[in-house]
Amino acid sequence: MTDQTREGVQLAASQLSVHELVAGYPGRRVIDGLDLEIAAGRVTMIIGANACGKSTLLGALARLRAPISGRIELGGEDIARIPRTEYARQVGLLPQHPIAPEGLTVAELVSRGRHPHRGLFARWSARDTAIVDQAMERTGMTALAERPVGDLSGGQRQRAWIAMALAQDPSILLLDEPTTFLDLSHQLDLLELLRTLNREQGTTIVVVLHDLNLAARFADDLIVMAEGRVIAHGAPVDVLTAETIAEAFALESIVISDPLTHTPLVIPKPGGSHTSADAG
Amino acid sequence: MLVWIVVGIATVVVAVSAMVLGDYPLTPAQIGEVLLGGGTRPEQYVVLQVRLPRLLMALLAGAALGVAGALLQGMLRNPLASPDLLGISGGSTVAAVYALLVLGITGPALAAIAFGGGLVASLLLLAAARGQAAGLRLILAGIGVSFLSASIVGFLMTRVQLQQTQSALVWLTGTLSSTPWWQVIVLALTWVLALPVLAVLSRRLPVAVLGADTAVGLGVRPGVVRILVILVAVLLTAVTCAFIGPISFIALCAPAIARPLVAHGSLAIGPSALVGALLLCASDLVAQFAIPGVAVPAGIVTGALGAVFLLWLLATSKGRAL
Amino acid sequence: MSARPRTAGSVRFIVVFVGAVALAMVAIVLSLGVGARPVAPSVVLDALVNYDPSNNDHVVVVTQRIPRTLIGLLAGLALALAGTVMQGLTRNPFADPGLLGVNAGASTAVLVAITVFGVTRPQGFVWFAFAGAAIASLVVAAIGSRGPDGANPAKLALTGAAVTAGLTAVTLLILTTQSAALDVYRFWSVGSLTGRELDTVAVVLLPLLIGVLLALTTARGLNLIALGEDTATGLGHSVARTRGIGIAATVLLAGGATALAGPIVFLGLVVPHAIRAVIGGSYGRLMAVGIPFGAALLLIADVIGRVIAPPGEVQAGVVIAFVGAPVLIALVLRGKRVAM
Repeated sequence: MTDQTREGVQLAASQLSVHELVAGYPGRRVIDGLDLEIAAGRVTMIIGANACGKSTLLGALARLRAPISGRIELGGEDIARIPRTEYARQVGLLPQHPIAPEGLTVAELVSRGRHPHRGLFARWSARDTAIVDQAMERTGMTALAERPVGDLSGGQRQRAWIAMALAQDPSILLLDEPTTFLDLSHQLDLLELLRTLNREQGTTIVVVLHDLNLAARFADDLIVMAEGRVIAHGAPVDVLTAETIAEAFALESIVISDPLTHTPLVIPKPGGSHTSADAG
Repeated sequence: MLVWIVVGIATVVVAVSAMVLGDYPLTPAQIGEVLLGGGTRPEQYVVLQVRLPRLLMALLAGAALGVAGALLQGMLRNPLASPDLLGISGGSTVAAVYALLVLGITGPALAAIAFGGGLVASLLLLAAARGQAAGLRLILAGIGVSFLSASIVGFLMTRVQLQQTQSALVWLTGTLSSTPWWQVIVLALTWVLALPVLAVLSRRLPVAVLGADTAVGLGVRPGVVRILVILVAVLLTAVTCAFIGPISFIALCAPAIARPLVAHGSLAIGPSALVGALLLCASDLVAQFAIPGVAVPAGIVTGALGAVFLLWLLATSKGRAL
Repeated sequence: MSARPRTAGSVRFIVVFVGAVALAMVAIVLSLGVGARPVAPSVVLDALVNYDPSNNDHVVVVTQRIPRTLIGLLAGLALALAGTVMQGLTRNPFADPGLLGVNAGASTAVLVAITVFGVTRPQGFVWFAFAGAAIASLVVAAIGSRGPDGANPAKLALTGAAVTAGLTAVTLLILTTQSAALDVYRFWSVGSLTGRELDTVAVVLLPLLIGVLLALTTARGLNLIALGEDTATGLGHSVARTRGIGIAATVLLAGGATALAGPIVFLGLVVPHAIRAVIGGSYGRLMAVGIPFGAALLLIADVIGRVIAPPGEVQAGVVIAFVGAPVLIALVLRGKRVAM
């Protein structure tokens, strides 16, 4: 774990760029030709209606499924060519429905995060222990280290998984809807934690989020997706306009400035949305 | 929809063939005459005493097994659940083989004992399927019962004379030959008993498997549904097994074949019955006539046919959920 | 392989591991000494160290008991390992090595050996059984791996069931038409440790060894797969590679065990379950304990079979199921927590 903020050189090395990405499932192209640059060292949030392609995009960035065509580059290098373990050292993922086998303790789960850093015959080192301890401390899980993950509440469980991702010590962290099933205070805690991580260590954070206002509050960059395309990309105050929201969510709204944080606050107009059928 | 028309036509073709073919070939016209009350003595005998009961048994038993499989797979949400995995036919088999080899019993008494064995096994399963993780415990108990019965049967087979093992083997492979009318009637009565319960279950089972809270919220009690499913599955399987032996693979593969052909997520009880009936009928036909001069037990053909079908389905499914 | 070096779990693991090894030692001693002709441990030792061909006790020990014990050891540990790997790969607590069609493949091949090649002694079956097991499970793995998501557990299991049913049909066809074959086959099919000599063991020793090594290398991967495939991939792990190695290990281990002792069910299913309930789910530890424990279990079953029905014997495969199944059922009925 590095205490210093990443230098400019390392910043460039963790620049993710997407070129003409075509991705989806057999017989279905969710994303059909996407170009995107994800700013290194910043917090980027991706929002959009259901089935707009945001999880597919994240999955492509995490190398969960090979794209149908196009390329993704990390630091200028084609990620398809980067060895798997090497990529995992740089890019960490918290997927949408993580599975914790029964009886697995928090400490054991977090330790699994060290996997990409441990060679085939590597023994468990003091450094590994230190990183794991620190990951648990940052997420407030130290007291719960020996508890089975399955016994924890939703908020605690999510933090345990984040601790695992932290133990992976990546320079880029991808999270797919990490706030589902969390109550508001836990959602805020989690997003605060991510922002702190970014500010203190320069970790690039990319989060798929369903809550527009939280995304506006915590993101440095906001990406709005609709039907597999990026329809807006930039600072929240520039991107989150009534027109963009109408296009992405078929929702009439007004956008004001949050009186406390001065970030955009979306207020849907009464009368419901205009979507004909959800999850297109 | 087209598929079902094809399946229906295939079943009719197979059924007619079952009536027409044999050592004593008949034309459909002759068969029709017999059914209407006429025809010569030998024709009447062949049609009414030999072929018709056998055909009806194949249809009813095949449908019964298909339904039992569909119910269990629906309830446990596991495409591998089937009566033999859960030890239902295992209980019947142990009882029957023991009665055959050690007590020398045959005929209706043997069928009754086989049925009793299946019921005993089901009592164990019912006792196991309580509380939380009921599905898990049911499967575990079922596996225990099926393994236990397989090993007891294997053990018994090593302890007796060879001729006895051969007769036990015939029972074990499952056959439809010489089906008496009383068996068909009993199976038909079983169906009559089961149909109302099935009607109830087909509405409630999809709700019950949504999880206890959701189900209760929708007015369905999962515990009761589970017991009903086990009872019906056991009843259909035990009766079938008592009469034709443990031809259980149909219970596994008929739903597996029927499900991809209907709406996604449906229990496919009716379609499984249809596919099961067709499968058993066709297998019996093939078993009788495929190798000239040799009557192969139907259970062998169902295993082979069903396996080929299922493998073809799996190899071409492109990841579609089964 | 295991996570952090200092936890209460480590202590428990060491205790259980030592216990399992001790149990295996006891089982070996019993296996060498107990039988229709009881031999005291001191005599056993004597037979091993100062073999005297004119001493009948020594002869029994060396020519019968040693091969039998060795087979029990190898088959027991192989099945326990194969079951552990299968349960880890499929993330399914009911997975059993037989899932891949191993038993059915071996049985069919053995019947071919009996009817086509006229082989009648268990010795001769070994090559056939192994080849049959390997071919069947490779077919299952090949068909089950088609499609975009590869060898996903449900598909693999269903494919295994289909292949097993198909092969069973062939087996039954042969049995019902060739009664002489039935007479030989029925004794092989219950799973037994007797009637085989040391050169039988030599045939499968290398495949078993390779299987053990491959299985051990999958331990870390299985721990990651347990977290879900997406998480495992996100951690830089190749799920496909672990699956491939795991299947290969299972084929070698289960195939070898079946070739040695005939189809022995239940061991591969129950051993990982039992151990997991005590020491938790880390696969490295499960395998480490599984090896001595599986061996001990099979040997003890064999010993029980020798004394339970004098003057004859009950085959080990029967005893395992006969004792294991009621225990499992009793556990389920009593509501004991069954670990996944």
